[in-house]
Amino acid sequence: MEAIKLNDVTANDLPWKIIYDASRCTMCGSCVATCSFRAIVPKVERRRIVFSEGNFPEPKARFSAVPVIRQAKSIRDYCRGCGMCEKVCPNDAIKPVRNPDTRLPVITRCLGGDSIKRGGRKNLEGSIRTLDKIRVGRISQMTDPSLDAQRHTFDLLAPFGRILPPHKLPFTPDDDQQLITNEITPPVNWIYPVIIGDMSIGALSWRMWEGVAMAVAYLNEECGMPVRMCSGEGGVPVRLLKSKYLKYIILQIASGHFGWNRIANAMPHMVEDPAGILIKIGQGAKPGDGGLLQAGKVAEHIQAIRGVPKADLLSPPNHQGLYSIEESVQKMFLSFNAAFKFRVPVAIKVAASATSVSVFNNLVRDPYNIVGGFFLDGIDGGTGAAHEVSLDHTGHPIVSKLRDCYLAAVTQGRQGQIPLWAAGGLGKTGDLAADAFKMIALGANGVFTGKLILQMAGCVGNDMGRCNACNTGLCPTGITTQEPALVRRLDPEKVAQNIVNYYLAMDQEFKKLLAPIGNSSLPVGRSDALISTDRAVAERLQIQHVC
Amino acid sequence: MCRIGAIKSLNYIHPSMALQLMQSQQKGHDNSGFAMVMQNLGGIFEPYKHLPTLSMACTDEGVKIAEDLLHEVGFSRVTQWTPEVNDQPGLDINAMPNYVFETFKYPRTYKHSSRKEKEELLLDTRLTLRRALEENEEGFVYSFWPDLLTLKEIGAPRDIGTYFNLWEADNRFTAKVITAQCRQNTNYDIVRYAAHPFHLQGYTALANGENTFYLKNKEFQQGLHRGYIGFESDTQCLLYTLHYVHRELGWPLHYYKHVVTPLPFAEIQQREDQKQLLGIRQSLAHLELNGPNTIIGMLPDNTLFTCCDAKKLRPVVIGRDNNTIVISSEVCGINEILPDRDWEIDIYPNEREVVVINDDLEVQRWKQ
Repeated sequence: MEAIKLNDVTANDLPWKIIYDASRCTMCGSCVATCSFRAIVPKVERRRIVFSEGNFPEPKARFSAVPVIRQAKSIRDYCRGCGMCEKVCPNDAIKPVRNPDTRLPVITRCLGGDSIKRGGRKNLEGSIRTLDKIRVGRISQMTDPSLDAQRHTFDLLAPFGRILPPHKLPFTPDDDQQLITNEITPPVNWIYPVIIGDMSIGALSWRMWEGVAMAVAYLNEECGMPVRMCSGEGGVPVRLLKSKYLKYIILQIASGHFGWNRIANAMPHMVEDPAGILIKIGQGAKPGDGGLLQAGKVAEHIQAIRGVPKADLLSPPNHQGLYSIEESVQKMFLSFNAAFKFRVPVAIKVAASATSVSVFNNLVRDPYNIVGGFFLDGIDGGTGAAHEVSLDHTGHPIVSKLRDCYLAAVTQGRQGQIPLWAAGGLGKTGDLAADAFKMIALGANGVFTGKLILQMAGCVGNDMGRCNACNTGLCPTGITTQEPALVRRLDPEKVAQNIVNYYLAMDQEFKKLLAPIGNSSLPVGRSDALISTDRAVAERLQIQHVC
Repeated sequence: MCRIGAIKSLNYIHPSMALQLMQSQQKGHDNSGFAMVMQNLGGIFEPYKHLPTLSMACTDEGVKIAEDLLHEVGFSRVTQWTPEVNDQPGLDINAMPNYVFETFKYPRTYKHSSRKEKEELLLDTRLTLRRALEENEEGFVYSFWPDLLTLKEIGAPRDIGTYFNLWEADNRFTAKVITAQCRQNTNYDIVRYAAHPFHLQGYTALANGENTFYLKNKEFQQGLHRGYIGFESDTQCLLYTLHYVHRELGWPLHYYKHVVTPLPFAEIQQREDQKQLLGIRQSLAHLELNGPNTIIGMLPDNTLFTCCDAKKLRPVVIGRDNNTIVISSEVCGINEILPDRDWEIDIYPNEREVVVINDDLEVQRWKQ
């Protein structure tokens, strides 16, 4: 018998318990082989069996060694509830079950003496989402007929780039009553209103990133939908930088500048401009924190793309040398605008915060007209790796903050001049079209999404503590890992297919939302189309309260 | 639902013609009001074409407030016309005590001022009057502009015509362009300011339909110009956009269509002027008009035009003879006042057209 001490870790302390039925198990070993977290192990148990062989009871006891599957009891190798064992078991002999009595948050800190790090998203149980308290309640009828989602044509595009106020447009009428212009205006790309959010190579496996890139190319080339993806901070494969598909990629630069050596070197060889540049200042899931890629995921190809050795890669919390909003405008925006000869829009991404409106106001008033987008990321966004305390306890919800920024623009008569793009938990319930549509009616020009893309690919993580182990490099679905054996689980073509199909479905749903309010183009700022049964929500967002 | 109409003629015409045009369409509207704007005035106002005429409905106190204010600014009255009212019992009209149509000389200090300066003065004066009369609901100022007057009232159009003796044609109260609309009961409150046609600095607009981007239009327009106020009706947005595009930005009229119903992106990309059209779509996105609509507009130079929403969800027809052109929601109205015209040359504009009528009654059809 093993001696158990009070503070030894047991299955009771862990967030998930493995339920195993030895009588159904065929000892095939699939579950153990598939568990990337080594949370289950084969083990031999000593069993005592009492039996009787004659015509009359003559009980005898026999001891035998029985092979079984047991849960590992370790704060390193513990079950994340991903359910891969259940998925592969031919006999339904094993599954994880959530343990409401988990002591993991306490014992991890006690044993490790370090803050808890993980990936995923906020895991605190919340109330009903604000977006679910809002409905599209302004239905066109009678004199103002609803449109036909199948028959009518819809313009589902959103601007990415700085938009001039009307009186600043350099248009003058000529003798033929035509407006002529010879001046250069800031570049604006009209794109699909749902950008695939910034997830880097490094955070994602190469197959996942390839699958997303394939989906984007297919949506553009075959489906006629100008969907753009953002590279994330981590560089781009040189082959892609030199290809015509670069035009579908928004290149991101964050505080670590990872990958930009290669991007800069590839510039003379680019045959297309990128779709845009996104300067990441902050991220909704971990505001005030930089990027984090743990050494376990810095595989050889990641070292090559980023130009770094195998080590924990930490981006600083802020861009070094930027001390003010004015500087961020003057230095970074001008240099990136100049680098691509003012042909590529440059936007900024910040974490939603109590100060977002101030930042937005400063940018929208900038006299240079060069900030081409304000990407606002809320607390319910995801990340590949962060300190749990940041994930769960810092940040700002996106809905009211987006609305505040839009209304700040309205107050100044500058709505639309810096396109507003919102993210952070949108599509959390799987229904991105509805979430995006409501955000647009509240003032967003478009939205961006990351986690949901992973879920389309097969990610099993959720905001109730399931999996959320993207930081470990042990992603059981091959999405956020660089382990070749795990990555091979993921079929990039299937990833691409799922993303394409989701976008096609979402596109239909957008039309089904536009048609009843009688609009054929995106109702940016049309808050009169929204209602809420929650008075506090209605008042805060300045929409109609209904009951 | 609104019914709208406009008559433009080489000769001076009397408002009875506009009443007839609208009366035959009464099943299409709800008989809740009648409003018209007359431009290029004849009769008693013909000698004063260069001087501004005030159109106002008010109480006795309102008359006094307005006269004091105008006197204070320096305007001096040169003529006035008060319609003789026929206040017989049983008429469906919610009448005001006084209807004022007065023509004024500009203040002496404006003797050497430019036309633009005078136009700004007229707007400022009208806004001041409106604010002053609004306090105790002493009156409603509809327009203060040269060679133009406005009449609006709540009630049945037939009875409003009877009340103002407008069914009997005469030579005293005439114009070469009359735009009219029959409905007071807008989607919002029943207030006199909510009835179109609306007028601002020589620009007039009226519409049959709904502007589902009303809130977007309103929020954007509020900051664009001091004259963009009220918003009692979503049709005001269409007027303000017309004023902004044509007068403030100084763009040719056909760009108005590109602002209110922009071409789809796929079509813009095929155009040579895509840079301008995209620029318009970007910078003036909040002035887009979405929803079913037919617009009739009138410019300071008497140019009359009509256009429809991008899905052609609202009807409009244009009929004409040698001396007169009529725009109407329903063809029955035109049949009433131009029964002998050649109806085969009637125009039913499509969703990408602007039909424009100049002072020689020349009709142009512009394709967007």
